[in-house]
Amino acid sequence: MAKGILIYAQTDRNGILQNVVLELAKTAQDLSQKLDNCEINAILFTDGTNLEENKNILSKNGFNKVYIANSLKLKQYSTEYYSKITVDLIKNITPEIFLIGATTQGRELAPVVATTLNTGLTADCTKLDINEKGQLASTRPTFGGNLMATILCKNYPQMATVRPKVLKKAENEIIKNTEFIELDFDLSTIEKHVELVEFIENKQLADVRIDEAEIIVAGGKGMKNQQGFELLQELAQVLGGSVGASRGAVDMKLADSSIQVGQTGKTVVPKIYIACGISGAIQHTVGMSGSDKIIAINKDKNAPIFKVADVGIVGDVFEILPKLINKLKG
Amino acid sequence: MKIAVCVKQVPDTADIKWTENNTIQREGLESIINPFDMYALETALKLKDREQNVNITTLTMGPPQAEEIIRKAISLGIDDGFVVTDKKFAGADTAATGRTLAAAIKEKIKEVDLILCGQFATDGDTAQTGPAISVNLNYPVITYVKEILSVENNIATVKKEVEDGTEILKVKLPAVLCMLKCDYEPRRPLIKGFKNAQKAEIKFYGLNDIGLEVEQVGIKGSPTYVSKAFRPEQKQGGEIFVPDNADDAVNKILEALNG
Ligand SMILES: Cc1cc2nc3c(=O)[nH]c(=O)nc-3n(C[C@H](O)[C@H](O)[C@H](O)COP(=O)(O)OP(=O)(O)OC[C@H]3O[C@@H](n4cnc5c(N)ncnc54)[C@H](O)[C@@H]3O)c2cc1C
Repeated sequence: MAKGILIYAQTDRNGILQNVVLELAKTAQDLSQKLDNCEINAILFTDGTNLEENKNILSKNGFNKVYIANSLKLKQYSTEYYSKITVDLIKNITPEIFLIGATTQGRELAPVVATTLNTGLTADCTKLDINEKGQLASTRPTFGGNLMATILCKNYPQMATVRPKVLKKAENEIIKNTEFIELDFDLSTIEKHVELVEFIENKQLADVRIDEAEIIVAGGKGMKNQQGFELLQELAQVLGGSVGASRGAVDMKLADSSIQVGQTGKTVVPKIYIACGISGAIQHTVGMSGSDKIIAINKDKNAPIFKVADVGIVGDVFEILPKLINKLKG
Repeated sequence: MKIAVCVKQVPDTADIKWTENNTIQREGLESIINPFDMYALETALKLKDREQNVNITTLTMGPPQAEEIIRKAISLGIDDGFVVTDKKFAGADTAATGRTLAAAIKEKIKEVDLILCGQFATDGDTAQTGPAISVNLNYPVITYVKEILSVENNIATVKKEVEDGTEILKVKLPAVLCMLKCDYEPRRPLIKGFKNAQKAEIKFYGLNDIGLEVEQVGIKGSPTYVSKAFRPEQKQGGEIFVPDNADDAVNKILEALNG
């Protein structure tokens, strides 16, 4: 019988465990209580980098067992390698639930694993619960957050990818006598079709990545030119945040498309979103209306952005932003 | 080179109105090709512009009316297309949709080098159909693709956008690629395109044509199901200030930042 919760312990390029793993770990604690305190386990891929540190963190976040796939060949993420090893483990330990962070990596790995196992997967969830029948109830936004759907799964494991930064990490350590189990696998039997040739780091406009930022200062066409975006960059810097952009600004080449927010860009949920010179077209607001607090500055008092803003300021960004930056620096 | 592009008909986001029962008001609603699929089509057309002997077929799973978006794709320069449609496909989740599209490609296109999908559909946003197709056909998949840099000797070199930057990846064909918004815009149809679209014979294929069983498709073939749908509390616009001067505005913002 399927039992226990398995979590994909994603690490980044430098072997650092991703925050979303700890968010999943905390949620798994809550789910486990409704499932006879079932085990919470993790699968970790590593080439050895930062391994001791990661084991240490996992054991303080309530994991019973951590299955470790350790090989120099696993340094680079590979859907083909990672999915094969994950599928084999799942067939072996038959978890009831398998949770993965809804990162670019997780959203490629998860559907490959789910399809291979012929089970169901709910994408990009913002809430997980156990229903009265003991099933995983995964809630996710659709239509850009206009409709929420709670989805159940008929097969095992019940799988979900979960949006980073929405669920909370544990506030206190949950220390477990974690068992670390090295996995046995043979990569030579797997035909690898995809190879990484090169990685080019993002040229973001601030030190903080947009998907991790608590504060996003976003600009639209109203920022007019490069100097306008330099103001945003400065503001983001003093606030410790990141810079985002509307499609209008991206089309004007004021910002790189990797920081576009909206339907054809990124969905962001920072604590504070400051929209500067953005009109607030529906295709933009579907990507940011989930932010905790939205501050909008626009000189047009009828701009639709004010419909989603908690605090709307009718005014000129070129008069307001320099003063705001000075005040914050002062 | 043979390319298949999977497209989906979605309601135009800007047009969506909700009924009191939390369903989409279908009347008067414009249907469009999913915006990400437009980039998949454009990417395929760019390859056709640049290389010899490229043939592109587009397909969609949906109601018979989805014929409309196949014609639209042909008007842009896609060679031909078909609709995978059957009452038995209704209620399919991404697993069943992936299986159905994969079967249709295998049965009806047969030899294919490249399958392009949009990374997301703006209505469902699951990003799972492309990978599901790939597993069903036993092809490799790359998601979050920004651009196809080259296709040579059966190897595609692509740009993939991830959280911390861009990866350049090589993949052996056949493969499935899921396209993000690209740095180029989809083209518009020319008069000739409209004519081709009008003339084109669009085929319709049902369950019996694609070699699957009824248990494998639609609601029966879907491991997931929706137990509840609800509309989140809609944000009511907050306060709007018309400050007397910039200092006034700055104070308001500082208050909001601290509060
Ligand atoms: C299929 C599709 C997908 C799309 N996807 C996206 C997406 O992902 N993200 C996205 O953002 N858009 C997207 N769009 C585009 C979207 O519809 C809008 O066109 C775009 O968001 C507008 O950008 P903007 O607000 O910067 O520009 P505008 O609409 O031109 O707004 C500029 C605003 O700046 C204000 N302004 C000007 N000067 C000043 C000043 N000195 N001080 C203060 N305010 C000033 C103006 O009052 C105006 O409100 C999409 C559209 C389509 C059709």
